[in-house]
Amino acid sequence: MLRTARGAIITSTLSTLVVIGGIVAAFVLAPGSRQVRSVYFDVHDMWQAFLGDPHAGFYSVGKGLVINIEMFMIGEVLILGLALVIALIRLSRSPLLFPLRMIAVAYVDFFRGVPLILVILAIGFGLPALYLPFVSSQSAFVYGVLALVLSYSAYVSEVYRAGFNSVPHSQVASARSLGLRPRTAMRYVVLPQAVRTIIPPLLNTFVSLQKDTALVAVLGAVIEANRAAEIYSSTVFNYSGYTVAAILFLLLTIPLARFTDHLIARDRARRLAGVP
Amino acid sequence: MSLREVLPVVRAQTAGTALRIEGVHKSFGQNHVLKGIDLAVDTHQVICLIGASGSGKSTLLRCVDLLETIDAGRIVFFGHDITHPDVDEILVRRQIGMVFQSFNLFPHLRVLRNITLAPVKALGVPVAEAEEEAMSLLRRFGLADKARDYPDRLSGGQQQRVAIIRALAIHPRLMLLDEVTSALDPELVGEVLDVIRELALAGMTMVLATHEMGFAREIATRVVFLEDGVIVEEGPPVQLFDTPRDVRTRRFLGRVLEAGRM
Repeated sequence: MLRTARGAIITSTLSTLVVIGGIVAAFVLAPGSRQVRSVYFDVHDMWQAFLGDPHAGFYSVGKGLVINIEMFMIGEVLILGLALVIALIRLSRSPLLFPLRMIAVAYVDFFRGVPLILVILAIGFGLPALYLPFVSSQSAFVYGVLALVLSYSAYVSEVYRAGFNSVPHSQVASARSLGLRPRTAMRYVVLPQAVRTIIPPLLNTFVSLQKDTALVAVLGAVIEANRAAEIYSSTVFNYSGYTVAAILFLLLTIPLARFTDHLIARDRARRLAGVP
Repeated sequence: MSLREVLPVVRAQTAGTALRIEGVHKSFGQNHVLKGIDLAVDTHQVICLIGASGSGKSTLLRCVDLLETIDAGRIVFFGHDITHPDVDEILVRRQIGMVFQSFNLFPHLRVLRNITLAPVKALGVPVAEAEEEAMSLLRRFGLADKARDYPDRLSGGQQQRVAIIRALAIHPRLMLLDEVTSALDPELVGEVLDVIRELALAGMTMVLATHEMGFAREIATRVVFLEDGVIVEEGPPVQLFDTPRDVRTRRFLGRVLEAGRM
């Protein structure tokens, strides 16, 4: 084995080629390869699904993705707010807030435990069935976002809580000893230090939220990317539309994942250099 | 030039009792840490608390700064019972400067901002004024070139000096120093003790928990020996160190002597 820097590059290039070559060969040489490629990877069908054709009865997966991005953007803002409220309630010490704390604990336990798809079904079909004024007359898009917000706020509130708890108690003690009010200490001492620990896991959760917007497809009425692919496949009996949706989701999530890695690496470098 | 002009943050104080601790008890669960402490501190006095780790020195200081609630007794600060439930503890803490063993500087704020945070956000001092005073304190203690650095860039001794300046910046009437040199490398202890020495000369009323016996002997008005949550003996340093009356004091000082800390 070569032990120089150049040797390392040659070794890693060769091993990459062998691994990727092996995977491609296994795929191409598999007995059912031809059928799989024509059903999942047909270039014509992929292009058709991407563009959509209302006259032929199917929607554009590309345009559908815009709806996913909308759900993500709106959901993200609401989740950040609701999760912060839940986290602050759980971190509060006041005896007066005890009942709220209990509700917050139950909320987090519940929504972290129930599969997101069940939450979407319960909200999307359950709320309209109640025939309540306002609550039951929203669009499927609103119900979809609501379900995402309810479920993800439970996770994100735990991310916040871990961040706040990561600030040593001695920091709070020295802020108090200087005569800062609890709110001022929170704002200028605890929060800025917590944010630094919160950001990487928060972005991780949002990578997962980005793709989970596809689950809203189960409501049928929201023509986002996944639902558009579903309609395409059931119209022309070719699954290439799903492949397009998968590729589009990857194009969204990979940059966010790389950005998260970049932030983590930068934070690590700063800690090591001793400059926060 | 008087020392108070050198260190204008030290408040002019009339002679009298600054602090009176009366029958203070404190437990953490089953652990009875303070078992009836009585102690009086006059203005401009420097009181050194000595005793083994776990004897209750730190807890006593934290109780005075109202960082812990006491179980029994009371603490009177310039004539006011600060342990009364109606007292706004935040207003009390703004008159007491506390320095911790592990510095506890705010790592995300530059040195200057560490010092000005409380004057600006707690006392409402205008930013420019607070920064001017912080700079003059930093200059006074040879740290002016560190004003724009983050605490991590400073040595332990420099960090602890900044922590003392940060506590001074609220113009406290009493300073509490909790083993402020215990976390430092031996060669950095001196620079921190120099700062405390200057404060003492400037007339700052101080209560120190310390393991530096030589320093306590030099600086203290009175030395107080604690063991197991009670004050065993107190007196002027010469008397307490040279002719300790209680056998427990003698035993403790003997151990310190053996360890080469005196």
